[in-house]
Amino acid sequence: MELRKSYFADVRKDDLHEIGQPRPRSDSPGHVTGKTAYFADHNFPGMLHLKMVRSPHHHARIRSIDTSEAEKHPGVVRVLTARDVPHNVYTILILIQIGPEDETVLADGKVRWKGEAVVAVLAETERAAQEAAAKVKVDYEVLPAVFDMEEALKPGAPIVNEYHGQNYYLYDSGECRKVRFGDVEAGFAEADHVLEQSYQSSPIEHAPTETTGCVVMPEGNDRFTCYTNTQAMFFTLDNTSIILQMPGSKLHFVGGTVGGGFGGKVDVIVEPIAILGAKLTGRPVSFIYSREEEMQISSPRAAEKVVIKDGVMKDGRIVARKVTGYTDAGAYSRHSPYGAQKGAGHYPGPYTIPNVWIDTYCVYTNRTPSSAMRGFGVTIGDFALEVQMDKLARLIGMDPLEFRFINAYRDGDMKAHRQPTEGAALIECMQEASRAANWPVAEKFMAMSSYKKGA
Amino acid sequence: MAIRRGRGVAAINYPTGMNLGGDPTQALVHSTPTGNFMVTLSSVDLGQGMKQIMAQICAETIGVPTDHVVVDTADTDTGPHCMGTFASRGTHRAGNAVIQAAKEARQVMLEVAAEELEVNASDLETDGQGNILVKGAPQKSISIFDVALSAHFKRGRSISGRGMFLIPRSYPEKETGAMKPSTCYAHACTVAEVEVDDETGEVTVLTVKNVFEIGRALNPKMVEQQLVGGSWMGISHALYETTEPYYPNRDHGGTDFNQYLMPGPGDLAETEIIVLERPSADGPYGAKGPGEMCANPQIPAVANAVFDAVGVRIDTLPITPERILRALKAQAAN
Repeated sequence: MELRKSYFADVRKDDLHEIGQPRPRSDSPGHVTGKTAYFADHNFPGMLHLKMVRSPHHHARIRSIDTSEAEKHPGVVRVLTARDVPHNVYTILILIQIGPEDETVLADGKVRWKGEAVVAVLAETERAAQEAAAKVKVDYEVLPAVFDMEEALKPGAPIVNEYHGQNYYLYDSGECRKVRFGDVEAGFAEADHVLEQSYQSSPIEHAPTETTGCVVMPEGNDRFTCYTNTQAMFFTLDNTSIILQMPGSKLHFVGGTVGGGFGGKVDVIVEPIAILGAKLTGRPVSFIYSREEEMQISSPRAAEKVVIKDGVMKDGRIVARKVTGYTDAGAYSRHSPYGAQKGAGHYPGPYTIPNVWIDTYCVYTNRTPSSAMRGFGVTIGDFALEVQMDKLARLIGMDPLEFRFINAYRDGDMKAHRQPTEGAALIECMQEASRAANWPVAEKFMAMSSYKKGA
Repeated sequence: MAIRRGRGVAAINYPTGMNLGGDPTQALVHSTPTGNFMVTLSSVDLGQGMKQIMAQICAETIGVPTDHVVVDTADTDTGPHCMGTFASRGTHRAGNAVIQAAKEARQVMLEVAAEELEVNASDLETDGQGNILVKGAPQKSISIFDVALSAHFKRGRSISGRGMFLIPRSYPEKETGAMKPSTCYAHACTVAEVEVDDETGEVTVLTVKNVFEIGRALNPKMVEQQLVGGSWMGISHALYETTEPYYPNRDHGGTDFNQYLMPGPGDLAETEIIVLERPSADGPYGAKGPGEMCANPQIPAVANAVFDAVGVRIDTLPITPERILRALKAQAAN
């Protein structure tokens, strides 16, 4: 790595003692010698293991659940169903008033994706829990499912989630989050070329080294200590308090040392049911995802579809950009309404465009609920935007890097969401990339600056 | 049939924090009887090194070496609230809270030292090595060890501080979408060079040259590890990863690392990292959040390089050999 101090030399300083120094990490020796303690290193006498019975169907009505054989299985201590969960229908963002509650801790009457948790089995060993889970009999009536976002948005499509009533999240702005800036149709009319293109991604797994999980210990003082690898301690504690209808003062969460998160550990999934198990049995409980659960059950990055329509002039100026983004939330909201909205705040990318129209939709389908992942709401949008920029440059016969200089945002430029640009540095990054990659651009671009024009 | 070479570029920005939800984090700092400092948080270290960076921020602010600071996180019985480690917010939000708490603790420390040295607290400075000196008369000094002992056992003072950093929630305006989604933005530009085998559809990423503007590299070695890792993840997203290879069809999803592919040691691109610093107005010592943005520009840069190499556009991620071969076939048919 090289630090290029020639850029922004007037504002950057080297006047500090500890900051800016490449100090060795104090936790590295523990990590590389295996001495660092993670949540799963807590192992208590009498600890029970929790395994989930999961839906084999994408969408089905539950006619009946028979746990009698599972309960008789040697080593089984307790079997939990929806009836055992005090506040079974929840949604995690309710803490910041983003509702409605739309997801069940354990399925109640219906399943909406293949892999959904239906029954929890607590047993003396992982093996006993697994074997007993296989003995739970669930009678399903399979329902039509929808997997494609465009199909889901058509009239008459199967309703994925009745708590929403339609297959998209209803924002206060309507069926999508909107940004309106200038007159996009006038921009297209004035443009020398108009290019509309569609981009698509598929779900992506966080693939942390350490899978999602927790270990719960019921304490003598009527409190529960939960050793967890959540990325958000109080977010998880407060949601658990709601789901279990248990005062927050009864809950003690310990964590902070996590073997990789990438956004995959911000959902509140394992802790509430494990604490409930500990409460109902009076025993310590361990609930740790297998690698298969981590890959196919835990929330992935959402698949997205992004449609971009641009109006561009022969001289390289983009005069209008319309973006329609679709986020595949799967069967439940989790963090997806936030991600789709974050996308609306990100488009049209780091470029100054006078006419912008943005609609971002959060769409429900019968698949594993998606949620946050590194670059939430932005990563796939950037893929679409920057491939589109390459296509536009070639369309007008311009060098792709020079084309970006012409449109790059600079300090003071008004963004589509009506915030003036501050602290821009796109131009300088491109200038350095031009040098480092030996990709020459015209001298006028190398002389540009992100600083306020004329300043 | 041939190996064809191409290159592509992408430039991006990335917001720090979760303004659209409201974004608070708190920190507490106190000294031990012998002048070490404890930072208490409920923030989560995901492996990126949050504990180390909070220790450096606290040390810088109080004016002691980093190894005089211990970070205690994350325990909800002791650590004050943190929204969580996500949205590129950890260093920025918790760092600002630690600075505020450390400033308050430093002020008490200087007041106790002033009483011991019989001078005004405003005439004192720290040497960064564990001592407090009188400005302009460095021979008149006291160690922080002795100041802490005095505070605890003689003067009855608590050398401690409280820190709070809050970005109030921004509500998007319904019709126009006017909003403030971020406090500051990190930037990047990546150039990728690839080879594409037009017989097998296989892509080899030869080099990635990444330029990242991150406000301030608080610990250059640690930011390097994050930026290199992010660059790898971007390439992995571009060419390899998905849990549903035939989306929206749900079949053929990988369930372990034999089926869910990512680049291995033999697939690593020659990776260059260049960092620019334009300190952010509201960041801790000018830092922005580079954690997420560093994995983004490689994806379109690789996609554009593939087009440059073989003349087909793959607008669906991941850019698999199958998709490239199908596109080449369609191109040949036209």
